Amino acid sequence: MSALLELSGVSVSFDGFKAINNLAFQINEPEMRAIIGPNGAGKTTFMDIITGKTKPDEGRVLWGEKSINLIGRSESQIAQEGIGRKFQKPTVFENQTVRENLAMALKNPRGPFDVLFYRKSADGAARIEALAEEINLTAELSRQAGELSHGQKQWLEIGMLLAQDPRLLLVDEPAAGMTPSEREKTTQILVEAAKTRAVVVVEHDMEFVRRLNCKVTVLHEGAVLAEGSIDHVTQNPEVIDVYLGR
Amino acid sequence: MQRSFFKENPSVLWFLAALGLFTLGVTVLAEATGAGLISTSFVKTLGKVLCLCLVAIAMDVVWGYCGILSLGHFAFFGIGGYAVGMWLMYARTEEIVVDSLSGRVIPPTQTEISDAIATQIFGVVGSSEFPLIWAFSHSLVLQLLLVVLVPGLLALVFGWLAFRSRVTGVYLSILTQAMTLALSLYLFQNDSGLRGNNGLSGLQNIPGFEAIPQSMISIIFFWASAVALAAGYLLFTRILSGKMGSVIRAIRDDEARVRFLGYHVESYKLFIFTITAIVAGLAGALYYPQAGIINPAEVAPIASIYLAVWVAIGGRGRLYGAVIGTAFVSLLSSWFTGGSAPNVNLGFYTIQWTEWWLVLLGLSFVAVTLFFPGGIGMIFDKLARASK
Repeated sequence: MSALLELSGVSVSFDGFKAINNLAFQINEPEMRAIIGPNGAGKTTFMDIITGKTKPDEGRVLWGEKSINLIGRSESQIAQEGIGRKFQKPTVFENQTVRENLAMALKNPRGPFDVLFYRKSADGAARIEALAEEINLTAELSRQAGELSHGQKQWLEIGMLLAQDPRLLLVDEPAAGMTPSEREKTTQILVEAAKTRAVVVVEHDMEFVRRLNCKVTVLHEGAVLAEGSIDHVTQNPEVIDVYLGR
Repeated sequence: MQRSFFKENPSVLWFLAALGLFTLGVTVLAEATGAGLISTSFVKTLGKVLCLCLVAIAMDVVWGYCGILSLGHFAFFGIGGYAVGMWLMYARTEEIVVDSLSGRVIPPTQTEISDAIATQIFGVVGSSEFPLIWAFSHSLVLQLLLVVLVPGLLALVFGWLAFRSRVTGVYLSILTQAMTLALSLYLFQNDSGLRGNNGLSGLQNIPGFEAIPQSMISIIFFWASAVALAAGYLLFTRILSGKMGSVIRAIRDDEARVRFLGYHVESYKLFIFTITAIVAGLAGALYYPQAGIINPAEVAPIASIYLAVWVAIGGRGRLYGAVIGTAFVSLLSSWFTGGSAPNVNLGFYTIQWTEWWLVLLGLSFVAVTLFFPGGIGMIFDKLARASK
C-alpha cells in the first residue's frame, strides 16, 4: 500500500534554529495518527509545511497516488487537493452564522465566479444539516458563530473541515479547553472520520491520545523520536527522558 | 429568484424607495421641472453628491466588506472624469471651431479643423497638437468605453501586483496613496497631454444639447446619477449577498483561514478591487459634467482619504451607511466651506468655519472611530432591530 502523504528529508530553520530536522513521516488512507511531543518539538511547523504556509529548506512532501510534490503550492491549492486543517485556537468566522460557516467550507468550486453565481441547492442544504447533526450543532445553525461556546466552536471548525471532504485532516489540539463530555464527543467525531480518511491529531493530552487508540508518532527537536502504539512509545526510555527528564 | 433576492435583502427596497422619493422631490422643486424652490446650482450639488455616494459604496465594498483599506479609489473616479471630459471638450471645441470657420469662402479642410481644435484646447499649455491619448476623443462611445476600461485595467494590474505579493493592511493603504499621488503629479505636468494644472473645463456644456437650458441639463444628470446609484447599490448588494458575500467578509476577518479552506484569496480581492474601481470610474464620469471642471487636484491623495472618512462616519460594512455618511458629510462640508455657516465669536477668538471645518471633520472622524465604530448607520441598524 502506498502512502497518502509522505515527507522525507524535510528540514526548515528559522534564524538558525532548526525547527524541523531531516523529518520523515508517512500516513496511509484511512488511518488515524496522533502526534505528540514537548513544546517546540516542531508539531505546528510540521503542519505549516504540509499545508503550504511554510516552505521547507529541503526535503520532499509527496501527496496522493501520483506522488505530486506539494512544496511550492499555495495554501489554497493544497486545501483543494484535499488537505484540511484545524487550528489550535478555534478559528471560525464569528460574524457569520454556523450555516454560513459550513456553507463556505462545503466542497464546491472555489473560483470567484463560481461562487458569485453559486445557487443554493437542496443537496448542499441537506449536506449542511447532516454535518450539523454530526457535530451536535443542529439547533445552532442560524446563530452567529461568535455566540457559541468554546467547545462548540471547536466542533464547528471540525465540521468545516469535514465539509471540505478532505482526504487528510490535520487537527491541532482538538480537545484543548473542553469539558470531559465534549472530549468524549470529539473523540467520536474523529474516530468516525478516520474510518474513511487519514486523520492526524496533534495533542498534548496523553489521556485523549490513549482514547484515540491509534499509532503514535513522537516528535522531538524537529525529528521523529519514536513511533508505535501508545504503550510502546510511553515505555520508550528516550521518550520518558524527553517528557519527564527535564 | 428576484423575489427571494429582495426578501433576503430588505434594506435594498427601503433604500430604493428613499432614493426614488428624494429624486422625485428634487424634481418637483427644481427650476426646470417644478416649483423653482431649488436652484440649478443646488440641483447640480445634489447630483454630485449622488455620484460621491456611488463611489462611497464602492469604497465600502472594498474596505468595509473586504477589508482592503484602499486610499486610492478617488484616482479611478478622476480617471472616469477625465475620460468623459476629453470627449466633452473635444466635441464642444469642434462645434465652436466648425462654426467660426463656416463663414469662409473656401470650406476648411479636415486637417485645418483638427489643427484649430488642438490649438484651442492645448494653447494654454503651449502646444497645438493632439497628444496620443486623445486618439479616441472624437468618439463618445470609445471614451465611455475608456471610462470602464482604464480604471478597470489599472486596478487589475495594480491589484495583481500588490495582492500577489501579499501586501496587506497599512502597507497596501500606503501603496494606494502612492498610486493616486503619482497620477496626480503626472497630470500636473503640462506635457501629460491633459492640460496640466488647467485640467479640462467647460464640461457642463453638453455638445449637441445647446438648445437645452442648464436648468434642464442639471435635472437630467441628477436623474442619471440617481439611476447609477440605484444600479450600483443593486449590483453590490447582489455581489455581497449569498456565498460570495460570506467569503468576502471572511477574507476581511481572517484571510489566512480562508486560504486553508481552499479559496484563492488573491483572486477574490482582485475581483472586488477591480469592480469597485470600475464603478468609481463611472461615478466620476457622471460627476464631472455636473462639476464643469476637472483638474489634477481632484485626484490628490487627500480626496481618497476623505472618501474613507465619509464611509467611516456613515458606518462601514453597510452600504446605506456609506450613502448616509457621504451625503451628510459632503453637504455639511459645502455648507461650512461655502461661507453659509455663521461664525462663532468667542470674545477672544472668532471661529471661522471655512477654516475650522476641517478640524471639526477630523475630530468627528476620531470620535466615530473611537466611540461609535458603527457610525451613523448604526442608528438604522437599531431601528431595524427594534421593529422586528
